[in-house]
Amino acid sequence: MTAQDRWLHTPPRKSATFDDASIAEIRRAAATGIYDIRGAGTKRKVPHFDDLLFLGASISRYPLEGYREKCATDVTIGTRFAKKPITLKIPITIAGMSFGSLSAQAKEALGRGASAVGTSPTTGDGGMTPEERSHSSILVYQLLPSRYGMNPDDLRRADAIEVVVGQGAKPGGGGMLLGQKISKRVAEMRTLPEGIDQRSACRHPDWTGPDDLEIKIQELREITDWEKPIYVKVGASRPYYDTALAIKAGADAVVLDGMQGGTAATQDVFIEHVGIPTLAAIPPAVQALQELGMHRKVQLIVSGGIRNGADVAKALALGADAVSIGTAALIALGDNDPHLEDEYRKLGTTAGAYDDWHEGRDPAGITTQDPALAARLDPVLAGRKLANYLTVMTLEAQTIARACGKSHVHNLEPEDLVALNVEAAAMARVPLAGTNWVPGVGQW
Amino acid sequence: MPEVDLAVTPLRELNAALHKLKPDTNETSWRVLNPRGQHAIAAGLDAPILVTVEGHAGYYCAGMNKQATVVINGNAGQGVAENMMSGQVHVKGDASQAAGATGCGGLLVIDGNASARCGISMKGIDIVVKGSVGHLSAFMAQAGNLVVLGDAGEALGDSIYEARLYVRGSVKSLGADCIEKEMRDEHKAELRRLLDAAGVDGAADVSEFRRYGSARKLYHFHIDNAGSY
Ligand SMILES: Cc1cc2nc3c(=O)[nH]c(=O)nc-3n(C[C@H](O)[C@H](O)[C@H](O)COP(=O)(O)O)c2cc1C
Repeated sequence: MTAQDRWLHTPPRKSATFDDASIAEIRRAAATGIYDIRGAGTKRKVPHFDDLLFLGASISRYPLEGYREKCATDVTIGTRFAKKPITLKIPITIAGMSFGSLSAQAKEALGRGASAVGTSPTTGDGGMTPEERSHSSILVYQLLPSRYGMNPDDLRRADAIEVVVGQGAKPGGGGMLLGQKISKRVAEMRTLPEGIDQRSACRHPDWTGPDDLEIKIQELREITDWEKPIYVKVGASRPYYDTALAIKAGADAVVLDGMQGGTAATQDVFIEHVGIPTLAAIPPAVQALQELGMHRKVQLIVSGGIRNGADVAKALALGADAVSIGTAALIALGDNDPHLEDEYRKLGTTAGAYDDWHEGRDPAGITTQDPALAARLDPVLAGRKLANYLTVMTLEAQTIARACGKSHVHNLEPEDLVALNVEAAAMARVPLAGTNWVPGVGQW
Repeated sequence: MPEVDLAVTPLRELNAALHKLKPDTNETSWRVLNPRGQHAIAAGLDAPILVTVEGHAGYYCAGMNKQATVVINGNAGQGVAENMMSGQVHVKGDASQAAGATGCGGLLVIDGNASARCGISMKGIDIVVKGSVGHLSAFMAQAGNLVVLGDAGEALGDSIYEARLYVRGSVKSLGADCIEKEMRDEHKAELRRLLDAAGVDGAADVSEFRRYGSARKLYHFHIDNAGSY
């Protein structure tokens, strides 16, 4: 091609609308006739905690000394109704991830890591395993629509109960576990035939709506003699109403999972297009708590895309009592680690992008039921890495809190925050940096 | 025989007393008076005792029951014997929606009719309904047996796994992946055992029943089945 010829053609330009990912998905759909199923959370950019900044101390606000002045991090959950509330040493919990989606080794590692720093892991859509119970000093037991593995003995063995209404990755969707991961043990725990593609229900089988939920919670309390804190977990879609209704139904805590929240296996279209960002979900939930006089009485636990201590501090400043992590915990255990790059390449992906968690071929031994792969994960070592990571996040959150002059991370408040852009300012209901402007609030 | 009058005693006290019973308790027979539709009566029991509820129960009566026999001399609200593990629950009247939901074991007998979603997501429980059952009964039923002496409503056994359904009367429609199956001798024997256990004795002839179960076509995602849902 001569230089002259070149200018006869339109220079190659990729479309912003038909970008590489969209084109690849059209090809994939055309070739297979089935929607894309994958793990992890939304991959598109949405307004998030990165769009917020802390103001820090100034002439009118004085900071606390980094290593000398106390900045507490404990959180107690279940003071509203439970006879035995739980106290976590750090405001970061491990979110519910099922044995089935994760290997027994991974579940054990989550229990070990969480317990080492005084926080709780959570069971998941597949019941409680003895490994995770014995390695978790405080364990939250989920009651999901599928009720896989649900039984009153485990309910009483649990330290808290979480009624799962929805998940941020898929508000309104049920679970999925493909046949590759329905090993004999997983099948037995769920009372299912081995190797089938399992779809768990999206609605609870024995209650519908807020009034029923109240009665369901009452039943759980009766069965466990009113000892356990009871959480209600919702995917972020209508957080103001869901929080208010969960409070009305008698929840001790509300778990609010934003659209960035991870999943073990869900349709990509669901992950990317249903639900609202974590940032947008917190203020309406806090508003509901405050209007009902329940802020700090019913604890708010926020999840969905929490990665570091700054995210923790920002969630708390917006009014959460604690946060919960899924994806980040798996990464801390060793998921998507570059040292496995050769193996990720063989799976047609690359470290950092691997999300075919539903296929059960995880080279890191985390999202798999293959005994040989699962054996690669050393639960003691992985647990230690998780504990390290949780410690770092806590130190980071404390660093920020001290800079804002707070002796407890819960004393962080929206007034400590500003937003970098109009979207985040409107969602988080904090001013745009350098202005007094909170879009949507007051005169504008 | 201990008697607890729920008109004067809070439900919490009744359940707490029942939960405290040791396996070798000699207080093996309890009567509950004036239940008046309260919820979670005798929920979470775990002792080989008999509890007789003299009247109508609200939601989740005998929920998650283990070992105990709970007799309701009246109607039962939503989710009676939900997630039962073992033991027996006998409703002398009618039962509301989701009777025996997700039950893992034991026997639930309903003398009257059961409403929608009877045996939804059942995981090993046996349910015998002497009347009829409502729509979407045995939805996603995983294991166990549902026996219906009357008729079944729409979409019986929708998305069923390995549970077995026996219906004497008509079935309005079968749900996705649920088909009629042959009644072999083993099924007749199993049905007879269930009818006897439910006290139906000779009144029902097993040859009058039809058996339904999973076609197992939806056990794996396949694009050609997308229209079945
Ligand atoms: C592998 C995996 C399995 C999950 N399983 C469950 C589950 O069984 N029940 C549930 O409520 N949420 C489940 N979730 C969602 C998490 O509880 C949590 O809401 C989410 O991971 C939080 O977002 P993050 O991953 O961005 O931290 C799962 C998430 C992952 C990554």
